[in-house]
Amino acid sequence: MDILINDKQDFITPVPGIMMKNESVIIKRRTEDQLSHLDVLESESIHILREVAAECVNPALLFSGGKDSIVLLRLAEKAFRPGPFPFPLLHIDTGHNFPEVIEFRDRRAKELGERLIVRSMEDSIKQGRVVLRSENQSRNSFQSVTLLDSIAELELDACIGGARRDEEKARAKERIFSFRDEFGQWDPKNQRPELWDIYNTRVHKGENIRVFPISNWTELDVWEYIAREKLEVPHIYFAHNRDVYRRENGLLPVSHLVQPKDGEQSENIMVRFRTVGDMSCTCPVESDAANVEEIITETAITHITERGATRMDDQTSDASMELRKKEGYF
Amino acid sequence: MAGNNKISFSDTELLRFITAGSVDDGKSTLIGRLLYDSKSIFEDQLSSITNTSHKRGMTDVDLSLLTDGLQAEREQGITIDVAYRYFATPKRKFIIADTPGHEQYTRNMVTGASTANLAIILIDARKGVLTQSRRHAYLASLMGIPHLVVAINKMDLVGYSSDVVKKISQEFAEFAAKLGLENIVYIPMSALNGDMVVERGDNLSWYKGSTLMEVLENTPIDNDINLEDFRFPVQLVCRPKTKEFHDFRGYMGRIESGQISVGDEVTVFPSGLSSRIKEIVTYDGLLDHAFAPQSVTLTIEDHLDISRGDMLVKTENAPHVSKKINTILCWLSEVALDPKRKYLLKHSARIVKAGVSKIDYRVDINTLSHEAVDTLKMNDIGCVELNVQQPLACDDYQKNHATGSFIVVDEASNNTVAAGMICPANK
Repeated sequence: MDILINDKQDFITPVPGIMMKNESVIIKRRTEDQLSHLDVLESESIHILREVAAECVNPALLFSGGKDSIVLLRLAEKAFRPGPFPFPLLHIDTGHNFPEVIEFRDRRAKELGERLIVRSMEDSIKQGRVVLRSENQSRNSFQSVTLLDSIAELELDACIGGARRDEEKARAKERIFSFRDEFGQWDPKNQRPELWDIYNTRVHKGENIRVFPISNWTELDVWEYIAREKLEVPHIYFAHNRDVYRRENGLLPVSHLVQPKDGEQSENIMVRFRTVGDMSCTCPVESDAANVEEIITETAITHITERGATRMDDQTSDASMELRKKEGYF
Repeated sequence: MAGNNKISFSDTELLRFITAGSVDDGKSTLIGRLLYDSKSIFEDQLSSITNTSHKRGMTDVDLSLLTDGLQAEREQGITIDVAYRYFATPKRKFIIADTPGHEQYTRNMVTGASTANLAIILIDARKGVLTQSRRHAYLASLMGIPHLVVAINKMDLVGYSSDVVKKISQEFAEFAAKLGLENIVYIPMSALNGDMVVERGDNLSWYKGSTLMEVLENTPIDNDINLEDFRFPVQLVCRPKTKEFHDFRGYMGRIESGQISVGDEVTVFPSGLSSRIKEIVTYDGLLDHAFAPQSVTLTIEDHLDISRGDMLVKTENAPHVSKKINTILCWLSEVALDPKRKYLLKHSARIVKAGVSKIDYRVDINTLSHEAVDTLKMNDIGCVELNVQQPLACDDYQKNHATGSFIVVDEASNNTVAAGMICPANK
């Protein structure tokens, strides 16, 4: 087979009348016949999102304001515009989120003109569904309770999330369409085989599917895509001065939830967050990467995994993520 | 991750590959070596496996621990089918479908192989071509994996002998020829010592061919996608009905194969009605030409009744349309095929009911002989004729993976019970 796919320098022309972005339409240039890995990953993710929209009765897209779900939103725009999203955005708010991330979340949903549903763990605590040992305890694992309650309340049969297989070894073994039983549990031994890109979305009432359209993306792919698409991300991803203190191998950010113990000395240094989650368990890394290009360079040469450096709750044991997922976590 | 901070990954290609072989062949060590020598291992991963290696009384770091499994697997001594791993070099991004070799090898390898551009079949140099090597070669040919590498591993245990390599490659080539497998690359290596995986090493100077990494980086994959036969299954119909897009009616989907230009005449299956492409719409603007595997939205000149599951093709290049299809089924479920039952068949974006009209034979994947059977059990591969409720627009799998493949779902349990490939009748 000897086919010249593209004999023109650029075959994407500006569209009179159809303006899908706020800015002017991007003119893509291709000098090669081959799609880049980002093009291929993007197309795979769009295909997945459209399958969810077509086959699931009542899906929602989990949007936290973090970089992975920011990428999901752009992919949803690519999948469904000029139509509206065929699902609402859903955020499970632990009440311990970074304020700038919450501000970003609300603004982004508004810009897109899409519906945002927020369910808060505070409510689960008030209702006695979540019982914390202490007020400042990490709330990350308790998200599952609020998430499962929301799934039941909103009668969701599919939740779209931004998890990636390169994050963690339990994720590495999870399907793109990951079946959860009526208790929201993931059973790693009993997963549906997933062949080609033909997805089985079927569930019985009360069960649900977690869908991970960017399963095959790596942390670096996500940042390269953010650069390519010129996506805005919350400022805490970029290097900034922050009071932190050192505990074991990590840095802990000082906040009203997290204070140094006796003998621990806080210091003010340049850091950035690689993930944004619950404030009480998300740790920054030392960095002077002040923009997306510098983050890409840093990510390309980093020697520590994303979660290894930043998540206290993944370090408690070798199987932390696996155990949380079995309880209904992402 | 990689050693050079000037690397730009944004224009690299994506290669997906599968490793076939058992733990005894050194598969985990090979994957560990690929990740380690390509500097894709992170410090915290390395310190974790170093600790574990020392706990288990080893002096060297056991690279196979990098692919160590979940708690559920360790506790129960089982291996959960496919794990996906990612690494990159300046030339390409790689996705490894890492499948365990022992248990459920057919189910696992078929799953991993379904998306692979390339398969690495591992052979222990001491043991030569075994039954399982033939099995892996058969599955690679059945699944139509375009590129095959035979990794003759553990060369350190046979004195790095070229005679051993010659014998193994001749024997494998004879068998592969019967399967119609071509373009096989044979690489002698020691994953343990790192010879010919990423680095050439000092022990195989007689071998002048490529290292495994060179093959992974340079195997041409442009032609792996069928660019001749335009196939566009409609996933969604977009009708925003907003003021701005009042009359917009777009057909959303991914070009599964082939290419399309504005003005091309297309026919819709199964209705058989024709029109011309008016626009190729994407979020980033209109295209005048698009090709597989791009996801796009198409509009056409005429108002036709088109819904999800229909397929747009170029008028002069039509697929088969039939209610009777000849298939190879790989049975994946613990519950055997019940020929009396109806199943759901998902083919591209279409779900139809299907029943078995006859089971031609089961393939003994060790001898490739055919056996008469009245059911298929887990890990069985058989030739089965199916009746489907509505006509399917499809192609032979070996010609077009995207429109030649389907899954079978048990309507009662909702489980995926089989993978299917459409093949020419009376074969």
